[in-house]
Amino acid sequence: MSERKFEEEAQRPKVFTRRRLVLGGSLLGGALVVGYAATNFGAIAAGALSIGARAADPGAFGPFIKIDETGWVTVVNRYQEMGQGSHAGLAAIVAEELDADWEMVRFETAPANAAVYRDATLGIQGTGASQAIAGSWDQLRQAGAAARAMFVQAFARKWVLPVESIGVRNGVVYHSASQRSETFADLLADAAKITPPEHPKLKDPKDYRLIGTEIVRRKDSQSKSSGTELYTQDVRLPNMLVAMVAHPPHFGGKVGRADMAAARKVPGVVDVFEIASGVAVVAQDTWSACLGRNALKVEWDDAKAETRSSDALRALYREIAKGKTDVTGSAFQTKGKVDDAFDGELFEASFDFPYLAHAPMEPMNCVASVDGRRVKLTFAAQVQTVDQINCALAAITLPGMVEIETLPAGGSFGRRGTLTSDYIVECVNIARHVGGGRPVKLVWTREDDMSSGYYRPMAHHMVSIKCGEGGLPLAWRHNIVSQAIVPFGANELPTHGVKNSPYLSVASVVDGKIFTPKLGVPPGLWRSVGNSQSAMVMEHTVDQLARRAKRDPAEYRRAIFTKVGDVRKLAVLDLVCKKAGWGSPLDAGWARGLAVHECFGTVVAQVAEVSVLGENLRVRRVVCAVDCGIAIAPNQIAAQIEGGVCFGLGAALYGRITLDNGTPQETNFDAYRVLRMDEAPAVEVHIVPSKKTPTGIGEPGVPPIAPAVANALLSLTGRPTSSLPFVI
Amino acid sequence: MKLNVNSEDREFDGDPNMPLLWVLRDHLNLSGTKFGCGIAQCGACTVHLNGKAARSCSVPAAEAQGMKIRTIEGVSAGHPLLVAWVKHDVPQCGYCQSGQIMQAAALLDEKPKPTDTDIDAAMSGNICRCGTYRRIKAAIKDAAGVA
Repeated sequence: MSERKFEEEAQRPKVFTRRRLVLGGSLLGGALVVGYAATNFGAIAAGALSIGARAADPGAFGPFIKIDETGWVTVVNRYQEMGQGSHAGLAAIVAEELDADWEMVRFETAPANAAVYRDATLGIQGTGASQAIAGSWDQLRQAGAAARAMFVQAFARKWVLPVESIGVRNGVVYHSASQRSETFADLLADAAKITPPEHPKLKDPKDYRLIGTEIVRRKDSQSKSSGTELYTQDVRLPNMLVAMVAHPPHFGGKVGRADMAAARKVPGVVDVFEIASGVAVVAQDTWSACLGRNALKVEWDDAKAETRSSDALRALYREIAKGKTDVTGSAFQTKGKVDDAFDGELFEASFDFPYLAHAPMEPMNCVASVDGRRVKLTFAAQVQTVDQINCALAAITLPGMVEIETLPAGGSFGRRGTLTSDYIVECVNIARHVGGGRPVKLVWTREDDMSSGYYRPMAHHMVSIKCGEGGLPLAWRHNIVSQAIVPFGANELPTHGVKNSPYLSVASVVDGKIFTPKLGVPPGLWRSVGNSQSAMVMEHTVDQLARRAKRDPAEYRRAIFTKVGDVRKLAVLDLVCKKAGWGSPLDAGWARGLAVHECFGTVVAQVAEVSVLGENLRVRRVVCAVDCGIAIAPNQIAAQIEGGVCFGLGAALYGRITLDNGTPQETNFDAYRVLRMDEAPAVEVHIVPSKKTPTGIGEPGVPPIAPAVANALLSLTGRPTSSLPFVI
Repeated sequence: MKLNVNSEDREFDGDPNMPLLWVLRDHLNLSGTKFGCGIAQCGACTVHLNGKAARSCSVPAAEAQGMKIRTIEGVSAGHPLLVAWVKHDVPQCGYCQSGQIMQAAALLDEKPKPTDTDIDAAMSGNICRCGTYRRIKAAIKDAAGVA
């Protein structure tokens, strides 16, 4: 099974949400999504999901390309723009095959319609697993080439010329011999009448003029710099109300008794009422909603709430990993005969990971209106199909009648891809109560956002390794303890980056088990998902194995990659070592640490330069080598790796959500420390040339940084790291 | 009360304790100033009050009365910082960037040729979760004409 098809894994319903209505949604959502992705009836099921939807007109050039009479080419982006900038790459793929003028290419975001805009790998319309570019490469090249052929055909007919003699460049169709030329705008009416070819000829990559160049830049820098970009938080609609919700302080808690009298008296407050997830206050503006919520007096019913603390859970997880509890492990990878493979001297290590919040700059929010069976959502949707199903269940309507206008997200890092659609359903429940199609904007404060769960789950890894000749792994035992990240199927996501790792491939015995405890804290998808933990475990372990064998960490990895034939990892390793000056002297007090990890098909190697002065840990430079197949937008590849390093570094240095009596203690940026400018290292990005199908870049920059830093610390201090964050 | 925003007198008759952020966003329709944390920890809501960078989430409307309030909407399209931000493709999600630019503009008003240390000191109160810090720094230096 592909590691990307997390929706396929829906069989076993899981109960962990604190919102009953939401839960119902997730079960059916999961089942439906699975049903159609797994049985390969994608089109049929997506069609069924679209019942009730308004008819869409794909236009002459199909659902991904619009060209207007002024010559502007609009590429329809079915993915959420959350900062990853994949719109630039997608537009470049179309523009390259179409031979459009890049300055006359723009993008718009697709409406929610799984029949037309689902991602083939995810099986739904949604954005995740760094799939945008990989999932669009063939489809958008075809679409661009077909549109180009239509213009060529129209020109050929008009001037009675052989098709082969016609060229296209920068949006101009031309015939050199006769010196005739016309723009896309000139030819639009004629071209639109041509039947698109089924198998248009695609360009030879050696003829690319756009792909792989610095010309390909993101298209939204101006609006995002000038404050004119419209985010969910900025939506203003006629007659719109603003809602805030008092949520139970404990996961699994609910409203016991609510005294709403004082809240109702707050000027500007329009209504106060109980919903499944708490007590909602709707008001004329945000501040009134906030004051109204402050005036609520709620007694919470914590009978079924999670009340354990992080320390207790950590101790429990360690016991689980040792097989000392009733949580049984299930095998994720086994190889060879265990028998006596683990007798004798072993390398043993364990790792603790805390819960982590996503903390995007824009706290979760949503705008919804419910008019009878019609639901209209305007917000930064990340998993449109799932949101449609969950909201349809909440509003008792059909998924196709849940219309979504997708706005750019002020960050997500996976939070807006939550498969229960928690805050979206909350907004729909409020809008349904308000009724009459009146729009409601649900505003979460930072505290609401950070204490809402769907965290990167707490986890514990325990490894026991027996080494053989040259210190290479001979037998590898690996126990993982983590909640299931998605509420269905086998608990596979936490094994990403461990399962089928070259370090396991080189061993002749593998005994990998995952243990899945049930907790009241809802876990979620966090940028790079299981990889951000597994890279730390694998790469830090391998550095320790290399040191035990008295081998250079880079040389030790090279030996393993060579042995298992992992040529891509070899290439990034060699490139990163060369660019980082691996092995050359550094200033006193500084050391380098190396990590190499594959995430969603992209391989990234990083070398971090680290020093420790007293309590002060500094990372000044991170050199990265990346193999993401054909590099479409080098500037955005660099941006994503730069950002991924900062995101991963902040999390590794400081990130943790601590539970005290089941309640998150870090609820804002005063306590939940993140990376700031004075701590941001210089990041250098080097791309391995490739002719392979492009793979994603939004997430793969995150996983290697924690182990790269840990390995530098190991080199500096001789002490291994066994838990994150580094700075407590 | 009267609030002078981007050189224009605007009328506001709501709660004088309402944070300036929500007055700007909900009542004056100036949504370029963003809500991020509400406790002056992230800088997304940065505006200028009498030329100094301030966190509008933590300034009651009454306090801003009589001051010159400048928001991202008051930064002209040709401002060197805006030009540099686009040139360096600084934004990713973009949500923090108007606050970053307001903070940077206050820095350059005070120190037209800032050093790296000046930039770190001035900008470290502004969080960017996408991690665009190095591009922000490069854009500030570009706008200031320092290498």
